[in-house]
Amino acid sequence: MSARAGLSIERWTPLSAAAVAALAALAVVLAFGPLFLGANAVDRLTTLFIYVMLGVMWNALAGYGGLVSVGQQAFFGLGAYAAIRLASFGVPVYAALALGGVFAGLVALAMSPFALRLRGGEFAIGMWVIAEVCHLLVNLDPLINGETGTSLISLNAFAPQARRDYTYWLALGAMTLLVAVVFSLLRGRLGSSVQAIRDSEEAAASLGVRVLAAKRILFVVAGAGCGMAGTLYLATSISFQPAGYFSVQWTAYMIFMALVGGLGTFEGPIIGAVVFFVLESAFGASGVWYLVGLGATAVVFALYLPRGLWGTLETRLGIRLLPVGYRVRARAEASAAPAAKSG
Amino acid sequence: MSLLRIENLDARHGQLQAVRGISLEVREGETLALVGANGAGKTTLLRAVAGAHRPAGGRVWLDGADVTEVPAFRRLALGIALVPEGRRLFTGMTVEENLLVARAHGRPGPWTVERVLDAFPMLRARIKAKAGSLSGGEQQATAIGRALVANPRVLLLDEVSLGLAPVAVDRVYQCLETLIAGGATIVLVEQDLSRALRVATRVACMLEGSVVLEGAAGQMTREQVTEAYFGLNHRAEA
Amino acid sequence: MIWVNQVIQGVLLGGYYALIACGLSFMFGVMRIINLAHGDLAILAAFLVWAIVEHSGMSPFLALALVLPVMGALGWLLQRVMLERSLRAGMLVPLLTTFGLAIVIQNLLFLAFGADIRSLAPAIGDLAFNSWSLGSHIYIGQLAGLIFLVAVLMLGGLQLMLARTPLGRSIRAIAEDPDTAELVGIDSRRVYAAAAAIAVMTVAVGGTFLGMRATFSPYAGPIQLIFAFEAVVIGGLGSMWGTLAGGIVLGVAQNLGALIAPNGFLIVGHAVFLLALGARLLHQRRKGGA
Repeated sequence: MSARAGLSIERWTPLSAAAVAALAALAVVLAFGPLFLGANAVDRLTTLFIYVMLGVMWNALAGYGGLVSVGQQAFFGLGAYAAIRLASFGVPVYAALALGGVFAGLVALAMSPFALRLRGGEFAIGMWVIAEVCHLLVNLDPLINGETGTSLISLNAFAPQARRDYTYWLALGAMTLLVAVVFSLLRGRLGSSVQAIRDSEEAAASLGVRVLAAKRILFVVAGAGCGMAGTLYLATSISFQPAGYFSVQWTAYMIFMALVGGLGTFEGPIIGAVVFFVLESAFGASGVWYLVGLGATAVVFALYLPRGLWGTLETRLGIRLLPVGYRVRARAEASAAPAAKSG
Repeated sequence: MSLLRIENLDARHGQLQAVRGISLEVREGETLALVGANGAGKTTLLRAVAGAHRPAGGRVWLDGADVTEVPAFRRLALGIALVPEGRRLFTGMTVEENLLVARAHGRPGPWTVERVLDAFPMLRARIKAKAGSLSGGEQQATAIGRALVANPRVLLLDEVSLGLAPVAVDRVYQCLETLIAGGATIVLVEQDLSRALRVATRVACMLEGSVVLEGAAGQMTREQVTEAYFGLNHRAEA
Repeated sequence: MIWVNQVIQGVLLGGYYALIACGLSFMFGVMRIINLAHGDLAILAAFLVWAIVEHSGMSPFLALALVLPVMGALGWLLQRVMLERSLRAGMLVPLLTTFGLAIVIQNLLFLAFGADIRSLAPAIGDLAFNSWSLGSHIYIGQLAGLIFLVAVLMLGGLQLMLARTPLGRSIRAIAEDPDTAELVGIDSRRVYAAAAAIAVMTVAVGGTFLGMRATFSPYAGPIQLIFAFEAVVIGGLGSMWGTLAGGIVLGVAQNLGALIAPNGFLIVGHAVFLLALGARLLHQRRKGGA
């Protein structure tokens, strides 16, 4: 890294190197999960991976891109729908699942010239309307049977244990891939672009930051990621009722995870997903009170703890675990607070 | 007894210190001209007095009462009116509406919409026009009228000559002279040194957030003020 | 001829949409906030009216008169407790907090009233069914006509308030330049809270009429929000009468869509909304902003 009169710019610190190594090790350990974990644990972990994907994707859009979308359920549903459609054409089921995510990403790409020119509340509700339209259009497919829905029957070709394990590995792989993609994007030029756009879109554009291109990348990745989450959810639940997949509830969950974990931080949504997962395991059965609690918590965090759990911790302790930002250090000084707030 | 007293005022823009420990006094009936180059902190100081900018330190006194904690909207009723830099009229509203808004929240007193129209006759024809469609001079007249109609005890004027044709500036200053003759207390931020010196009773020159020269207008030469303006003799502390 | 009747029904429906949307448009014009709990507030009002009617047997219109001040106070509270802080925090936060609020309201309503679908139609008797007929195939429902009239009065009233009253002037000043508004003595917190109270009261009227002309249930809020937003966007953000025009276009599109296909009602409505959005984007582009 370059060093100028008394300042050095670092990307890696010992702490962050250790953190990345630990995460990589964790991923490897998790890969062996099905060998020593029971069926229920494998299922639950798969769900956790899906939540992590959703949280990271929504944070990428809103926390980094400043795009609050209340319509990501569109891609969640479209991914699952695509998987069912492809499977009905005879595509091997796990390939269909993977391609479902790709399809969702392509849809995001197709709608991006339109969607990304919307701002603020227009974008939020515009995406919601688009999700409703996707829902209505999917209902028209005779394969889906309207709101009754259908199932991914080709999954039944696998024995339950095998199906659980393959789904687990697909989920682990997809989650790791998505997290790695977002990580590397943010470390690259996109990370700086996004930071500049967040601070001032006009100023960034005047500097030559290609605002639309940066947003598009985030939008497409988020679309593909949510689509992948949708296909994985389909793999765990097998049945597909459009209303369940295109429900704005999914956005509510994503908002919760990103907000509580830390909007605009990299580690935040992962932590948020874990928190959400734990809360759901503990209180999900309480039904409606649980949902009230979720909503209220989101409001409280948005008002009083806008940087989320991780963001607040990060600022207090002055640390950053995963090296997506830059640290400016004065030479011959013990440490300096991180200068850039990206990542 | 001073009508307006600023004591050790500090004001910041983020990390940047715009006003450093300034203390000033304005007596009733005085006109204080606050001069200085761009970025000297004059506008920030006026805004802090009007309550639109939270000071980082120091106090503001109006007629012996500490108004530092009073929010901006209440200071109008107490008697501090600011004509902001750039006029800042409500362009979507008519001249009349701009005046009415301030009238509704100001102090009771001799100034009414009617009297403002007497003071600025060219506004009569434009009374129902949207403020955004007025010429620069008309806008400035409306902005001053908007402050006057609240019957202020202290009138703060920020760069009223900026962007105006000389003829329009003449008219504005004619009005100011009438106000001054009537006993108004004015703080005038002005880049046009000669005009400022002509109407002011006292002058304070700011440089980089501090007052570097202060005194009665009649006792200062233009050279002294110019030197202070450009910081030729004084260097502000870093 | 049946499509002529559909168009007329669409126009009348537009009156309802204008009613439910004017609060959203108003809030946006003043505060630049889109309240994502807007639809749920309408449903809340409908439930409150319903509860009073169930309990006391009084007319829903009377019950609405009782509910209005409650909803106004709620709007005031919402602004002071939640939206005020959100406003200062930037663009994202108001969307997030109002979304969270929406979820809280929906689920609390579920806990209080259960999942059953309700309606106020039984309480207004013949008004729900009677209609005037113009010619052989054209019917104007009395309730629909009343709703349209109320919408026009409400929009007119709001417009008048903004144009002629001191509060209206304060609101316009704050909407244009909150900073300078403070300098001319306007207490922006008070004015914002008053505006929020007004907006929520209008939505209460909308929700009550929704209950009369159709049905409602705890989770029926979001679709009302979507319709309201669509009406506002089609008509042009920030214009009161535009909201009526937008509502009418939406209503007509939906009703014509229903003629085409069973799902057509919703799809065509959404499609027209997206087209209107796209048209505006193109228009902006041509004017020189990217």
